[in-house]
Amino acid sequence: MTKLVDNIPEGPLVDKWTKYKADAKLVNPANRRNIDVIVVGTGLAGGAAAASLGEMGFNVKSFCFQDSPRRAHSIAAQGGINAAKNYQNDGDSTYRLFYDTIKGGDYRSREANVYRLAEVSTNIIDQCVAQGVPFAREYGGLLDNRSFGGVQVQRTFYAKGQTGQQLLIGAYQALSRQISKGTVTMYNRHEMMDVVVIDGKARGIIARNLITGKIERHSAHAVVLASGGYGNVFFLSTNAMGSNCTAAWKSYKKGAYFANPCFVQIHPTCIPVTGDHQSKLTLMSESLRNDGRIWVPKKKEDAEAIARGEKTGLDIAEEDRDYYLERRYPAFGNLVPRDVASRAAKERCDAGYGVNKTGQAVFLDFSDAINRLGKDAVEARYGNLFQMYEKITDENPYEMPMKIYPAIHYTMGGIWVDYNLQTTIPGLFATGEANFSDHGANRLGASALMQGLADGYFVAPYTVSNYLADDIRTGKISTDHPEFEKAEKTVDDKLDYFINNNGSKSVDYFHRKLGKIIWENCGMARNKEDLEKAIKEVDSLRDEFWKEVKVPGTKDGLNQELEKAGRVADFIELGALMCYDALSREESCGGHFREEYQTPEGEAVRNDKEFAFVSAWEFKGEKKVPELHKEDLKYENIELKQRSYK
Amino acid sequence: MNLTLKVWRQNGENDKGRIVEYKMSDISPDMSFLEMMDVLNEQLIEKGDNPVAFDHDCREGICGSCSMYINGEPHGPENLITTCQLHMRSFKDGDTIYIEPWRASAFPVVKDLVVDRSAFDAIIQAGGYVSVNTSGNTQDANAIPINKTDADAAFDAATCIGCGACVATCKNSSAMLFTAAKVSHLAHLPQGQVEAKERAINMVNKMDELGFGNCTNTGDCEIQCPKGISLDNIALMNRDFLGASLKSEK
Ligand SMILES: Cc1cc2nc3c(=O)[nH]c(=O)nc-3n(C[C@H](O)[C@H](O)[C@H](O)COP(=O)(O)OP(=O)(O)OC[C@H]3O[C@@H](n4cnc5c(N)ncnc54)[C@H](O)[C@@H]3O)c2cc1C
Ligand code: SF4
Ligand code: FES
Repeated sequence: MTKLVDNIPEGPLVDKWTKYKADAKLVNPANRRNIDVIVVGTGLAGGAAAASLGEMGFNVKSFCFQDSPRRAHSIAAQGGINAAKNYQNDGDSTYRLFYDTIKGGDYRSREANVYRLAEVSTNIIDQCVAQGVPFAREYGGLLDNRSFGGVQVQRTFYAKGQTGQQLLIGAYQALSRQISKGTVTMYNRHEMMDVVVIDGKARGIIARNLITGKIERHSAHAVVLASGGYGNVFFLSTNAMGSNCTAAWKSYKKGAYFANPCFVQIHPTCIPVTGDHQSKLTLMSESLRNDGRIWVPKKKEDAEAIARGEKTGLDIAEEDRDYYLERRYPAFGNLVPRDVASRAAKERCDAGYGVNKTGQAVFLDFSDAINRLGKDAVEARYGNLFQMYEKITDENPYEMPMKIYPAIHYTMGGIWVDYNLQTTIPGLFATGEANFSDHGANRLGASALMQGLADGYFVAPYTVSNYLADDIRTGKISTDHPEFEKAEKTVDDKLDYFINNNGSKSVDYFHRKLGKIIWENCGMARNKEDLEKAIKEVDSLRDEFWKEVKVPGTKDGLNQELEKAGRVADFIELGALMCYDALSREESCGGHFREEYQTPEGEAVRNDKEFAFVSAWEFKGEKKVPELHKEDLKYENIELKQRSYK
Repeated sequence: MNLTLKVWRQNGENDKGRIVEYKMSDISPDMSFLEMMDVLNEQLIEKGDNPVAFDHDCREGICGSCSMYINGEPHGPENLITTCQLHMRSFKDGDTIYIEPWRASAFPVVKDLVVDRSAFDAIIQAGGYVSVNTSGNTQDANAIPINKTDADAAFDAATCIGCGACVATCKNSSAMLFTAAKVSHLAHLPQGQVEAKERAINMVNKMDELGFGNCTNTGDCEIQCPKGISLDNIALMNRDFLGASLKSEK
């Protein structure tokens, strides 16, 4: 069994990163031009990394499947980005951000990585302002902050409800600057289909040009994955339609371990499912919980009347409303972390108090806020979100309480990486949502954008460059190597298979089915029996998929069904791994709630004695049970406590 | 509801392309326009035909991928939304809906409703950024207070999603609104002011070079822009940075 080496530098927590940077090996500027780096993904993590590595003088090739790097899924982030600036003078500090992140993650993340994240967070805001990111400001001209779930300070920077867009445009502009200087070559509408490993090191990728259909070989001295999360395993999620796990999954199959795949985040405030035609779910920013109050009726008859359309939320008297988060968690109220808020909504709906025709919705009510602050103030804060809600549901949230329900939103799990963000394949790095590193079993709001930019601007440039210092004499990697040939052939054969299969069912048919299995058995609540059943169901779905999938058209040229087929094939396999992971973790922590491990009041019961480790899964061959490796988590600076938001 | 779709089908850049008619039944008014297109595609696949290719990703109006010309208007009949935010409740039972790609010589059709908008990236690469390195060692973010009015104006211009509706609707296929939005976003901030003039000149020259037409102030772009980017941005760019000097300072 390979030992997982975390490569955390020695020394006190607060000095580790400074010391690392001081000791890191550098590549002489003249040599950098001769070193190639591939970055897959142009979201916050990838866009920032490609721009930074290009700026340092490496020869960077950047890939994305969209028609422009500016359209990466990061663009959709709404609420904000955290940083320990303490501009509000409310007691924030690097240590507090570090502590909140570890606690919020339910003590399943690595101290050293999280501390570094908190430490560089302040530079992110400086950097973004210097690039012209138009953050929200107060009348005095200084930056404004808001608070987010799970914390008691105001450290979230934002740009209305479009923070991700503004940060991504900032990174895209930095990337564009490097493209114009010739240090970065951009490959739009290209999909990475496999990673190429030569003599144990990542040396390139196989990519498909989505317009011409041509399979291309690209070599490099290091490959950085910044390909995002895998929430679309669930079919319905808040992720963009194209978000996929292929780059990560293919790396897993080539030897990169996959960590904590069952740690997924279900976001409490999304627009509920309305019908079978639904193609995706829309998030309503968590910032709404700052001023909105969540409730369901106290009486079941009222909930039933609402579901039948005979009453609305407005007909329920104040004393007949159950503000269940405020009732159960008086200290944090509506601002409890996401996993807690989501489960509480499920609990009420399962008990029969849901407020729409599917029974799967709760109210998010702004009437108090409108009375207290006035409609204009509420509009200034949330206007675009309210408008979005009305566009989708045809209901006016200024008058009628919003209806929300939890949905899959983010994946804490991902490719296992060490302190260098390097995977178990030397030369293959993973950043942003694609890795597992910083959020443990639950991510705090506004921390994914922080991690993406931290990894991309400030961490990977040092660690990747440190790795490349040993490659100055390697010379150009030839794409004629047999490993390239082999990888290309595997990719091509699979495309031929899809085109020639002549099955009877569309790709979406299988994707929907997969989503249902995973949502029901490996979603908000899990148990042994269901997970064992789900593993079998996913296995047979996989067989059916390969037998019956139907992909029209040819592989030459744009074929969106062919793209989807490859992605869904990987989602199916990942779905099974998620169930294996959830089954082996016999405790409840963060987003992972095992029904067998709860208190009589329904709170999660963590088991630190047996499960304070990262689960890192190794691929053992097609249809073989994967092997679990454990990285023990050592807490030297923080005492493990049962999370309490009461 | 029941609908007749007339959809532009074009198999690659060299194909001439044609309108093909499809009958749709049982469409729910709560569906989004793209979900209705998904239903069409499922039906085509079932019959063994090629589905209609179209760009889309976020499906919440922010990535700028979706780009359909619906009944003669980019992003369809409603204002201030993208195609993916359009719902079928905006149409009536029995309607005939024409669906075509963006048309502009700088945006060649790739297939069906998919066009190549990489010219927009090229305009940004010509100067749509602040020349600052990503070391993080800049000054503290609050070192320069910025008047809220300016910050808000910068934000409003920066909400452009790069969809290209402004170009598609313009009879000259001009990219002025897109270009001016970026120039104005950065010019409203002290960090962007240093290079403001040079940026504007370089971006506009690049725009001309790529085959976008001239702006003759017809104003359709502002009406059709899903993000409400204002024509004032064009005026600001012309007044403050371009003036008569455009060609001479090249
Ligand atoms: C609706 C929504 C709202 C959110 N709001 C917030 C928020 O307010 N605050 C916060 O902190 N976080 C938020 N998040 C989470 C956050 O947006 C993401 O976690 C983060 O943006 C991920 O960034 P990334 O760079 O890792 O990946 P992404 O932005 O997902 O980028 C992935 C990139 O990889 C490319 N790619 C993927 N696969 C391939 C392949 N095989 N070949 C080539 N290219 C590939 C894509 O083209 C893309 O460029 C939100 C998420 C959602 C869904
Ligand atoms: S200016 Fe408006 S229409 Fe033009 S690209 Fe930007 S968002 Fe689209
Ligand atoms: S699909 Fe992203 S804006 Fe329409």
